[in-house]
Amino acid sequence: MDILVCVKRVPDPAENEIRLNADGTDIERDNLVYSVNEWDNYAVEEAIRIRDRTGGSVTVVTVDNEEGDEVLRRELAMGADRAIHVQDKLFEGADGEGLARILKAEIEKGRYDLVFTGVQADAGSAQVGGMLAAMLDWPFASIVSHLEVLDEQKIRIHREVAGGNQEVYEMDLPGVLSIQTGINEPRYVPIRGILKASSLDIPIHKASDLGLTADTAGGSRARVKRQDYFLPVMGEGAEILKGTAEEIIERLIGLLKSKGGIR
Amino acid sequence: MQTALISPAEATILGISGVGWSISILVIGLSLFAYFVARRLTPLLKAGADPRLDRIPERLVRLLKYGILQYRQPRYRLAGILHIIIFAGFMILSLRSVTLILSGIVDGFTLPGSGGRFYTCLKEVSATAVLVVCLAAMVRRGLFRPKRYAVPAKYGKAHTAEALAVLTLISGLMLCDMTFEASQFSANFQKGFQTGLLIPGTGTWLTTRAFNPLPVSSLQSIHLVAYFLHDLIFFLFLCFLPLGKHFHVVTSLPNVFLMKLDKGTVKPVKWDLDESKIVDLQSVGAKNLEDLTWKHILDFYSCADCGRCSDQCPANSVGRPLSPRFISLKCRDHAFKRYPLFGRAAKEKTPLVGQVLEEDEIWSCTTCGACENECPLMIEYVDKIVDLRRGLIDDGLVPQSLQKPLKSIEKRGNPYGKLETKRADWIQGLPVKVLGQGENCKTLYFVDSITCFDDRAQKIARSMARVLDAAKMDFGILGADERDSGHEVKRFGEEMLFLALKGKNTKAILNTGVRNIVTSDPHAFNALRHDYQGIPPVEHISQLMERKIKSGDIQLKNVENSGNIYTYHDSCYLGRHNGIYEAPRTVIDAIPGLKRVEMARCRDRSFCCGGGGLAMFYEPTEEKRMGQVRVDMARQAGANVIVTACPFCLVQIEDGIKTSGLEGEMEVIDLVELINDHLVCRE
Amino acid sequence: MSRPIYVYLTHHDGTIDDSALEMISAASRIDPDISVTAVAFGFGDDLAAACRQAAQYYREVWKIEHEKLTHPDAEVIRRVLVRILPKGAIVLIPHEHFGMDLSPGLSILLETAYLSDVVDFEAAKDDRIRAVRQEYNGSVSTHVDCDLSNGAVINVRPGIFKKEEGQGVNGLVIDKTEETFKDWIPETRRRFLEIIKAEAGEVDITQSEILVSVGRGIQDQENLEIIFGLARAVGGDVSCSRPIVDAKWLPRERQVGNSGKTVKPKVYMALGISGSFQHIAGIKGNPFIVAINKNPQAPFFQIADVAVVADILDFLPRLTAKINETREKK
Repeated sequence: MDILVCVKRVPDPAENEIRLNADGTDIERDNLVYSVNEWDNYAVEEAIRIRDRTGGSVTVVTVDNEEGDEVLRRELAMGADRAIHVQDKLFEGADGEGLARILKAEIEKGRYDLVFTGVQADAGSAQVGGMLAAMLDWPFASIVSHLEVLDEQKIRIHREVAGGNQEVYEMDLPGVLSIQTGINEPRYVPIRGILKASSLDIPIHKASDLGLTADTAGGSRARVKRQDYFLPVMGEGAEILKGTAEEIIERLIGLLKSKGGIR
Repeated sequence: MQTALISPAEATILGISGVGWSISILVIGLSLFAYFVARRLTPLLKAGADPRLDRIPERLVRLLKYGILQYRQPRYRLAGILHIIIFAGFMILSLRSVTLILSGIVDGFTLPGSGGRFYTCLKEVSATAVLVVCLAAMVRRGLFRPKRYAVPAKYGKAHTAEALAVLTLISGLMLCDMTFEASQFSANFQKGFQTGLLIPGTGTWLTTRAFNPLPVSSLQSIHLVAYFLHDLIFFLFLCFLPLGKHFHVVTSLPNVFLMKLDKGTVKPVKWDLDESKIVDLQSVGAKNLEDLTWKHILDFYSCADCGRCSDQCPANSVGRPLSPRFISLKCRDHAFKRYPLFGRAAKEKTPLVGQVLEEDEIWSCTTCGACENECPLMIEYVDKIVDLRRGLIDDGLVPQSLQKPLKSIEKRGNPYGKLETKRADWIQGLPVKVLGQGENCKTLYFVDSITCFDDRAQKIARSMARVLDAAKMDFGILGADERDSGHEVKRFGEEMLFLALKGKNTKAILNTGVRNIVTSDPHAFNALRHDYQGIPPVEHISQLMERKIKSGDIQLKNVENSGNIYTYHDSCYLGRHNGIYEAPRTVIDAIPGLKRVEMARCRDRSFCCGGGGLAMFYEPTEEKRMGQVRVDMARQAGANVIVTACPFCLVQIEDGIKTSGLEGEMEVIDLVELINDHLVCRE
Repeated sequence: MSRPIYVYLTHHDGTIDDSALEMISAASRIDPDISVTAVAFGFGDDLAAACRQAAQYYREVWKIEHEKLTHPDAEVIRRVLVRILPKGAIVLIPHEHFGMDLSPGLSILLETAYLSDVVDFEAAKDDRIRAVRQEYNGSVSTHVDCDLSNGAVINVRPGIFKKEEGQGVNGLVIDKTEETFKDWIPETRRRFLEIIKAEAGEVDITQSEILVSVGRGIQDQENLEIIFGLARAVGGDVSCSRPIVDAKWLPRERQVGNSGKTVKPKVYMALGISGSFQHIAGIKGNPFIVAINKNPQAPFFQIADVAVVADILDFLPRLTAKINETREKK
């Protein structure tokens, strides 16, 4: 199986406090630490496991400025075989659809049986995988929580749906999947591995390499444009009980009793 | 001296001369033994380097103290005394054995010093003592079966049979010697010849009296049988030694001589390799047997299966899958299998973790050092566990519960994922200087992560600031420039991450120009003292307070609640690893009117709280939490307030109090907080 | 201007979902004058009943029936929608596991813009619309401007917009089945096999009246006993948020939320749970919510009825003790 995993460098949700910047144009980026998007990491781990079982290769790709380099190296250290860095000033401001077009061009340069994305990234749109599949006219499944390779042309997947249930599908390859967290337990990437990966060669593909122009994939083409950032308006909210712990407990017990909360 | 019996050297048995038998037994026995030892040495030649021939004078002193004088043995009183007697007996009787064996080749052979009355006395008393002790030991092993010898079902059958067999062999040696001598004495008496020295009460004496009714012809047979039986048992025993735990008879003194000299340190990734070259290695850590050093393999051979390590191991006692004793035994058996006495050595490497050891076993260790502190053979465990962890990390095999804090340390310099800029948030209005922002001070207070960020531990920092102030110390903190000391990062095997932290902290510290460092965290203390190089000297706050109380700079008022009974909990990295036991006690006792008791397990027998650094994040399979067990121990000692000198111990024990439902009944407080509460305020 | 607005109708076992009613208010935010068409896929009596019910709220309901649609398969439905929807339409779809599967690809095939997980709109103007989305796991909101000139596929977050109350619309159910499948069968390279139901375990929290729910604030697996103790004291069941299940401290059957269970208790105690919308989405029926958390900024404090700022490890054992005390006194 030759698998391509699309990875993104995002502000790490666990290690940062996300705040707005002074003029509401972006989040405050000073002092942010970045990591590979958590869903994408699960996807790379899954791809590596499939490759170890069935043979083939795992390629990781990112569409980003030069800062995206570090997540490619980390995933190489984790066990991916190759990395591709798609980088061009032309791509700045591209929306989800633009991103999907860029990735489509990259995919058509190679030969892949499976393309993985994470379910979603920092913007929470969860759209690139599905758009990509439609552009390629490949079958698609989102929120994949389990994957089994049946043979070179077919896989069986589970999708995580409401109520803790799972939908089971069979899919013909090549196909696109968006991978859910919890599908596996990603291995640890030792710092030493990351340092070793810093000397590897990662090819950079520009717009011209992919046959793209600003018209086909640039920011100007975006149909959806972000205008500003602001804090969600908070409603009135709960009544916060005050007093000593004893007083609060008394009051709370009284309220619970009256609402049928103590049987 | 004329003897009534024909000596073994003169005798002829089954047509072959006694000398012939003696030489044959000697040659075959010694050759086989030499062959076995040579085979056992093979893996050591293939294993990693380990420089152990430095600082010879120190080593000789330790050889004397721990080896010859068996300094650790009496820590388990009965077994210790029994062993000392057997060991002393072996040492004394070694001369006798050599004499006896060679006298079968050269009739009447004696070594200088072994013929005289003094040695005869010594040897007779020793032999008798050894025999009595062996019998007592057999009863103890076979009948009373002390718990620490028990073998968990998953590791097979109990080792009692082997123990009893060996004790029988040793008893046999003693009995044969006594019988050999006694038969000669008895025959001499009957024939009216002069005899050597016979000491009343000894085994030989008793046997001689028992032999008196026997005719000389019988005594002659007994004499020869006893001699050659002794010879056979001796060489049988000698060749048996390399086959199992009794190899320690041969390897123990060398193992003690070659012991690790510096407590609190961790061996480097490779002894002859500079830090900067670690990144270029093909593989890091102990993944298979040959990745360990030769000394580690010698350690496995030296394990006497006494179970004292596992008996003291806190992880073991709360039901975690870790048993240091079985790490040694399993790895020893693995080495025996790979390098058999007969046949080819195995070619392909086998991974230790997965085949011989379990992952959970390796991650369960808190590196408290109780095992190493107890082992009479000075076997090292922490270094091996760290090497095994390095191998697991290198292969990415890290439990998820540890991946999160490691990632947070990588990105934010602390395992909680909090912003570095918040490292000084605990100050909250106290006039604490942050160094490197135009402030210069003589002393650095290195806070470290848990004290910076944990709600409860932050109170230690505030008390620390007040106490340092009261002691008129000119101090400051690094604030946002401080990173986790990396103490546990190193001991959990992420050496490169540790080096990154060390680099940043060292730079920040040297930038400040401070002359000395103080900390309230024993893990930080140990890291700065042993893992870092080129920084100003560091001490723990207990040492500083001891000095300042003595000099009168800190004055303490009467204990607040005179009804409280306090007990001091020795934290592993202040106590065992750094030998600081008295300073905290002196400090506590300096509070007038304070009543303090000791727990049964205190000082170097202290029981780990389970919380050091990353150990707090790991989720092991266990039956009870170490914190709860320690709280129990404090209650049993009659205390209601536990004093700790480590933020991890504080958090773990407080947790233990909560989950035991003892809130309100028991309390835990840090040493610095206790002193802060009792400072006499100056106007 | 007035672009036609279509709503993908979500229904189960013959009843329409709450989201179907929310889409009506969402649509009226976009264009209060336009009447909205609901599009329902399915098979047999269940579909018929759902369409009849939908007709009480929607002027027009398209019924599209096929055996292949007994279980809604997004790959199939996408092809059908592309076939039957007019060019330049606006399609509203609830943003959950089905909508996430369907919509991105749908927008490409329809060549429209795609707005994902929208929580609010301003009225459409000059063929553009401003919507509100959230990023960074709900930490910040953004206004996005969307070009509607070729229509749009818009995924709407469930549970945000008001449910349309007014029944009695008496809409029309139009059976579009024959027209859709004339000389055409949707062929896809993904085939639905079955649903694996979550294992029934020792407790069914969807039936519980009192839920004592725990989140990351519990800090350690060993502390869970504090939660179970409280549950015993109040006579309720223990439930939890996703991180507790991910850490394998409690089984998934106790998880409340999008990927867990939907619950409708009388009383819900949120203990040490911050309150992500995926979790809150699982709480229906407007219970009395008590939130206890160390952090007063926790999102749960917004929707709870009463809140206590406290460390649950300290507070709960005392609460439990007091409840047990008052019990014993009786």
